[in-house]
Amino acid sequence: MATTTPSIETALGLYRKMLLIRGFEDRVQSLFLRGEVYGTTHLYSGQEAVAVGFASVLRDGDRVACTYRGHGHLLAMGTDPEALLAELVGRETGINGGRAGSMNVVDPEHGVLGCYGIVGGSIAAATGAALSLRGTGSVAVAYFGDGATNQAYFFECLNFAKVLDLPVVFVCENNGYGEYTPYEAVTPGGIVPRAAVFELRTTEVDGMDVLAVRAAAAEVVERVRAGGGPEFVEARTYRFVGHSRSDPGKYRPEGELDRWRERDPLVVAAALLRDELEAPAGEIDRAEAEVEAELERIQEAALAAPFPEDVAIPEFNER
Amino acid sequence: MSADVVEIGMPKLSDSMEEATVLAWLKQPGDAVKRGEPLVEVETDKATVVYEAETDGVLEEVVVQAGQAAQLGAVIARLRVDGGATAAPSAAAPAARREGSAGALEFRAAIRAALDEELARDERVILFGEDVAAAGGVFAVTPGLYEKYGPARVFDTPISELAMSGAAYGAAITGKRPVLEIMFGDFLALSMDMLINQATKYWFLTGGRQSCPLVIRSVVGAGGRFGAIHSQMPVSWLMGITGLKLVAPATPGDAKGLLKAAIRDENPVLFFEHKRLYPLKGEVNGDVVELGRAKVVREGGDVTLVSAMKGVHDCVAAAEELAREGIEAEVIDLRTIRPLDMETVLRSLEKTNRLVVVEEGPLTGGWAGEVLALVIEQGLGDVEDAWRITTANSPIPYSPPLEDAFLPDARRIVREVRERS
Repeated sequence: MATTTPSIETALGLYRKMLLIRGFEDRVQSLFLRGEVYGTTHLYSGQEAVAVGFASVLRDGDRVACTYRGHGHLLAMGTDPEALLAELVGRETGINGGRAGSMNVVDPEHGVLGCYGIVGGSIAAATGAALSLRGTGSVAVAYFGDGATNQAYFFECLNFAKVLDLPVVFVCENNGYGEYTPYEAVTPGGIVPRAAVFELRTTEVDGMDVLAVRAAAAEVVERVRAGGGPEFVEARTYRFVGHSRSDPGKYRPEGELDRWRERDPLVVAAALLRDELEAPAGEIDRAEAEVEAELERIQEAALAAPFPEDVAIPEFNER
Repeated sequence: MSADVVEIGMPKLSDSMEEATVLAWLKQPGDAVKRGEPLVEVETDKATVVYEAETDGVLEEVVVQAGQAAQLGAVIARLRVDGGATAAPSAAAPAARREGSAGALEFRAAIRAALDEELARDERVILFGEDVAAAGGVFAVTPGLYEKYGPARVFDTPISELAMSGAAYGAAITGKRPVLEIMFGDFLALSMDMLINQATKYWFLTGGRQSCPLVIRSVVGAGGRFGAIHSQMPVSWLMGITGLKLVAPATPGDAKGLLKAAIRDENPVLFFEHKRLYPLKGEVNGDVVELGRAKVVREGGDVTLVSAMKGVHDCVAAAEELAREGIEAEVIDLRTIRPLDMETVLRSLEKTNRLVVVEEGPLTGGWAGEVLALVIEQGLGDVEDAWRITTANSPIPYSPPLEDAFLPDARRIVREVRERS
């Protein structure tokens, strides 16, 4: 994949967004352990480069459908982090007023169709949105994991999108595990050939390198925007945490996590900023400090907000 | 060779037909008929079909005139031929369909009219499903709409019910008003995830700020000899899904008016079309019929019969029979199962004190049970007797005598009301 060297400003912006997501997820984890985040939550730590790289080439009118591991996708699209954290801690000021929680957030104002708690649901949502977007120059993006490539959604919707020539990009974030099961054990033939069989153009990209993702996304999205029909991207990535907050990830082979951590998207991006772009060290430090300060403020505000008193909606109280 | 006269019987043109109507003779007595030539246009419960001669001959006599109906197998014409000959139904596309006089339409034509009017009224309306476009629908409900509105608004899809319902949801939350046809209600099982887990939650999650205006039309109900997996009544599968409206019309007028309301509704609506009602004719106008309003279709003071779809007609037939015995039944057509108009039911019950809920569907877990529960909560003081007439807790059998015995009908309603009077 040809990568054009971005400006320091662009690279810093991407780095900052990934810092925000990582810092946000770290706080969600500690709030979960304190009992402030309820039920369960699925963290995006390690996969930041995919959502941030893709979102950086999207524009107003484009739509994305996320997974239940959706905090990163939302923040990358511009969802207010304070409203998102307030949602996770069940507050009235939450992005969905405390009705959604971690897994079910919708944010149409920022182009987010929803976060789909059923594996593969995002594939159908984006396919449907693409029906609305035909001929408008906008695109729909479906994010989903390697596990979703075994769902009926995957096969039905890739075919459906191809038959109807829809402006949709299917982005498989292959993080190596469907819940606790290594993807190799349940995905005979691999992932890309499954998309290729529907005659979708396919692209494979290093999902730990935000600039590589951005460059690939730019090319793919441009073709789809121009009416070239649906395309498929596999981004190879890794989650640094368990599947959900009840999963310590003990099924991973010894050393695997450490090897992937060496290619942490934050480490990769910081090295590029320092070594290739020769960004002033002060700029990088300042970004880190500012994001941390913002997260601190957000957490205080979210926790200080009131719990909702009434979520009744007339439509749902017909009797 | 000697000339023989052979009888042409009303052919079996659909699986479920018991009788059919001759629409037009395309040959007149005395006309020569060539093999493969269109002979007669026949309207069945499913579609209008052109019936063709199989061999050469001369039309000797027309027995069943245009406009008359005949039972399956009954002689409709006689043909003079050299040797034996029979006619065969055309495999070709149906000929032009009759839409009836201005005020009266068939149930299926009323649905088509609603779709046509809403497609014309609102650019956001799109219609899709298996074979709804080029083929005009396997139940011949949507002919001509593809030609009129084009492939961007009326289109065929692969046989992928999950993708279809997902696409309807995705399109609905991004500005379209999709109408999806799921051919048989039984296939709804394949489309449930998007419907239950996403479409019905959208209004709630956005605090009522955003809506998901989609309609799924589906053909339901038994009596067509389609067997256990093409005859079910999925209404009760969906009864407990908060956020889903369930529309179950009984007449062409309501089918049209309710479908228009469904398409204009801001949230997901399941629109059920009972396959036995498709050939039914009735008065139709341009009115939108508000969802959630039952209709008293027959007044009476002795017992209240509540039903929906085909059951309403069974109740009316039963009420006429009961009237001959001096029992005046009030018949209520619920029209929508959810929202459920209990006000109309309770008002009737104040007068009659006796309630029978007739549901085509299994006894256990059906909507008839919900009606009785609400009656107990809200109108117990008015109840002297109340019960359900439903199907047994069994899959739907195929063989005609078995299926007929399985389904609630007017005779059973009459018998039970009489026995409990």
